[in-house]
Amino acid sequence: MVVAALTALTLAVAGCSSSTDSELTVFAAASLKTPFTDLARQYERDHPGTKVQFNFAGSSDLVAQLQQGASGDVLATADERTMSIASADGLTERSTVFASNTMTIAVPSGNPGGVVGLASLADPALRVVVCAPQVPCGTATQRVFQASGVAVSADSEESSVTGVLNKVSTGEADAGIVYMSDVATAGPAVRSIRIPAEQNTTNLYPIAVLAGVTDPSAASDFVDLVTGPSGQRALERAGFGSPR
Amino acid sequence: MTAKPGLPGWIYLPAALGAAFIVAPIAAMVTRVQWSHFWSLITSESSVAALLLSLRTSGIATLACVVVGVPLALVLARSRSRWVDIGRAAVLLPLVLPPVVAGIALLYTFGRRGLLGGSFEALGIQIAFSTTAVVLAQTFVAMPFLVISLEGALRTTGARYEAVAATLGASPTTVLRQVTLPTMLPAIASGAVLAFARALGEFGATITFAGSLQGVTRTLPLEIYLQRETDPDAAIALSLVLVVVAVAVIGLGRERMRSA
Repeated sequence: MVVAALTALTLAVAGCSSSTDSELTVFAAASLKTPFTDLARQYERDHPGTKVQFNFAGSSDLVAQLQQGASGDVLATADERTMSIASADGLTERSTVFASNTMTIAVPSGNPGGVVGLASLADPALRVVVCAPQVPCGTATQRVFQASGVAVSADSEESSVTGVLNKVSTGEADAGIVYMSDVATAGPAVRSIRIPAEQNTTNLYPIAVLAGVTDPSAASDFVDLVTGPSGQRALERAGFGSPR
Repeated sequence: MTAKPGLPGWIYLPAALGAAFIVAPIAAMVTRVQWSHFWSLITSESSVAALLLSLRTSGIATLACVVVGVPLALVLARSRSRWVDIGRAAVLLPLVLPPVVAGIALLYTFGRRGLLGGSFEALGIQIAFSTTAVVLAQTFVAMPFLVISLEGALRTTGARYEAVAATLGASPTTVLRQVTLPTMLPAIASGAVLAFARALGEFGATITFAGSLQGVTRTLPLEIYLQRETDPDAAIALSLVLVVVAVAVIGLGRERMRSA
């Protein structure tokens, strides 16, 4: 009870933002930050008076937050598994796949390790960083290694793809396995070395209007924007592939 | 008979609020522990590896803190140089820096392309992704705890015994060994306990600087963070282990202080 009072006090102090116009809250996978931020600007131009608020986090974190009672209008996850958890819980009804993302080898600019392909990563002298198998990007990485038959002993198994990307962009690692979209937004410090399609794996990104939203048409307008031509262009610029 | 200086009655309300704010979340976590699987969760291969690595690295980091932190505290407490205030502010910095910033700073110092990393690399010493990196991160964040608590104790005690010993003809080194260090032993012990506890909980600097690999760099806090993704029950069980270890360390520290 005492804690509740203190929490209420904290919330009262923190929650002093103005709520003049309507807001659209989008829960989106962290990898969607660049294209979705662009699309939000377009949405706000098309819907004067509506402000788009984002909650960018790992897909499983987003679903966990919604399960704990967080309220939002739209949910976009980085894989179909997390979306199916949300729909099984009654959080969403119908979802649409709007983008795909494949894996790629990221190397520091200049490629100090001389990486030419997946086979290079088997060299024990090379410092290789991947995602841990417990997180989605790690599961995808394992599928790639299995499909290619390359045995890689990683120097670090990070708990997020940003961890991998950071170790590569600072030159600590010679190579890392990340999503195509990560390299597209990482800037000049990181270069991408393609993984052949037959050894690669594809993550599908679904988007859905959340159950019980106050303004369903505003929410589905955002979904339509993402799945529509300008949404697809923005996603392509950020390194994402087409939905199928 | 002297009356105890009384506190105003109302002060117990905010005090209770403060205590409840700290105790309640820990209690809430304990209620979520799956006791039926508890033992198997905390004795899994990855959990044991993480716990042992944490104890080992925190132990070495504490030792490192004592070896350089005690002299540092002595200099800060006894030197009359005007640089001391700047030095103290610098030593305090890791206390207020977000650990992830500490990790970035360490990366640009000991990393491959860092200030000193190139020289280590030339000597064939690889720091990034090694257990050494974990110890460096822990030492960096834990050192201020030892230095500040010891410096406070040194200032409170004053230097009169040292002055007496010196007038009796003892050399500075003899004074340090026979007077200062023995009287400061309880303060050093409690500072070391604080440093150990902080090293044990280190997360941000480690994940930024050292990486995460079972048995090499994945300490207990990193293991908890990773388990949370797939197995929340295991994450809660391991969190409880960390709480128990922390309580034991603090308890041990208090015992030492009293007996010394």
